Amino acid sequence: MKRRVVITGIGIVAPNGVGKEAFRIALENGDSGIMFDAQLADLKFSCTVSGKPQLTDEYISTFFTDLELRNFNASGILYGVIAGMQAWKDAGLPISSAEKPDWDSGTIFGSGTSGIDKFRESIYKIDDLQTRRLGSTVVAQTMNSGVSAFLAGKLGLGNQVTTNSSACTTGTESLLMAFERVQSGKAVRMLAGSTSDSGPYIWAGFDAMKVCTFKHNENPEQASRPMSASASGFVPSSGAGAFIVEDLETALARNATIYAEILGGNVNSGGQRGSGTMTAPNAEAVQKCIKNAILDAGIEAIEIDVINGHLTATSKDALEIENWTIALNRSGSDFPYINSLKGMVGHCLSAAGSVELVASILEIHHQFIFPSINCADLNPEILKLITAEKIPHETIYQPIEILAKASFGFGDVNGCVILKIYKNE
Amino acid sequence: MNKIDQLKEIIKPYVPNRERLEHLTPETDFIKDLAINSANLVDIILDIEEQFEITIDNDGMEKMMDVKSALAIIDEELAKK
Repeated sequence: MKRRVVITGIGIVAPNGVGKEAFRIALENGDSGIMFDAQLADLKFSCTVSGKPQLTDEYISTFFTDLELRNFNASGILYGVIAGMQAWKDAGLPISSAEKPDWDSGTIFGSGTSGIDKFRESIYKIDDLQTRRLGSTVVAQTMNSGVSAFLAGKLGLGNQVTTNSSACTTGTESLLMAFERVQSGKAVRMLAGSTSDSGPYIWAGFDAMKVCTFKHNENPEQASRPMSASASGFVPSSGAGAFIVEDLETALARNATIYAEILGGNVNSGGQRGSGTMTAPNAEAVQKCIKNAILDAGIEAIEIDVINGHLTATSKDALEIENWTIALNRSGSDFPYINSLKGMVGHCLSAAGSVELVASILEIHHQFIFPSINCADLNPEILKLITAEKIPHETIYQPIEILAKASFGFGDVNGCVILKIYKNE
Repeated sequence: MNKIDQLKEIIKPYVPNRERLEHLTPETDFIKDLAINSANLVDIILDIEEQFEITIDNDGMEKMMDVKSALAIIDEELAKK
């Protein structure tokens, strides 16, 4: 029998807020985390704005030992470990004793790259014939699973410990993989989430492709414009989101806070066939992913109150809305509310799915719909599909029961999760 | 500062239980007695190289398992200068 699965803890390291309280306040206020980035300007990037989490050394030292921070230069691991540890603590879970691992708990914590700055630093040393001077931590910082390895060590996790990677779908996929593991009874709880490295060496490839905006450098807070007529590309950003995905019975038995229930979801790929390519989604696959998620969740499309879209602020936004209208068979004023967190935080790339899921979980838990900022000038192609009032410009406070979150990534990969408010019934 | 105290300062960040450092003797084994993570031995060697401005070759690295051998190798390399 399939077990019911809930979310009992969250952690967040986002450009507009670190920690669940700061992030919730930023969401309700519609606060942007996008700033001018002098490093990108110095390096002659087309896009000179970005979103980075703001962390003080003092705060960082509450999560890492001095030894761990010696020669440490892996922003993705930094963000991921902080978000993961926040989530674990938020769920009220103890840290396993020194001797025995916690066999019931594991982690699936995604990343796109790891320690790209450490990697760069190492390459310079290697080419300077200084390999012997690299030190002992290059591997742990630059292996893709560095983030899950760090977390497992800090928490003593004894179940599956791995890192998934599927471009911008990574965070959403991690939640679903964790969900399936708990649903099937292979783990009691999984720490899921994803992280992204920060800075020019991870963002340059996107800048070179001209998929980042270069038309709003003068106004950083207005630069990320999902669903607007003036959207001209995404704003690169970074961070991490984390969640404790737990068996319902166990969560109830230990009186845990239940943020939401994971009803189901789906991941698939368009196989880069039809309209799908390395960088563009196969529309049929996107629709199929959403439909199958609804089917897996055992709900009807009409029950969805809110959609948290992928909506990056490129020309593809209208296509995404069209895919939702077809998949749900809902349009015009019958369409659910829809918003994009990227207006506030930019595109966190491999962390996007998890950061946006934490926002979604907070919306369900606190019963509000955050504003999709910077789209006062709505894209007319979108207005042909849905009515304008379905896109909130201010926070809406109203009951929401069911939320759908989707992410789409390079490689023509898709993920969709259906979350529901948990009522003890 | 004598060499053993200099060595103590170098290895300090890598020792999980700092109290054990109090009783450092030439016989103290880095891994068995001080519980230093074996992966950190290369970091200690790099720090020693920097402090004493010497270079320790791969054979020397392999031998550096305790305070006595570390001091001997440091002396040996310093003598070459």
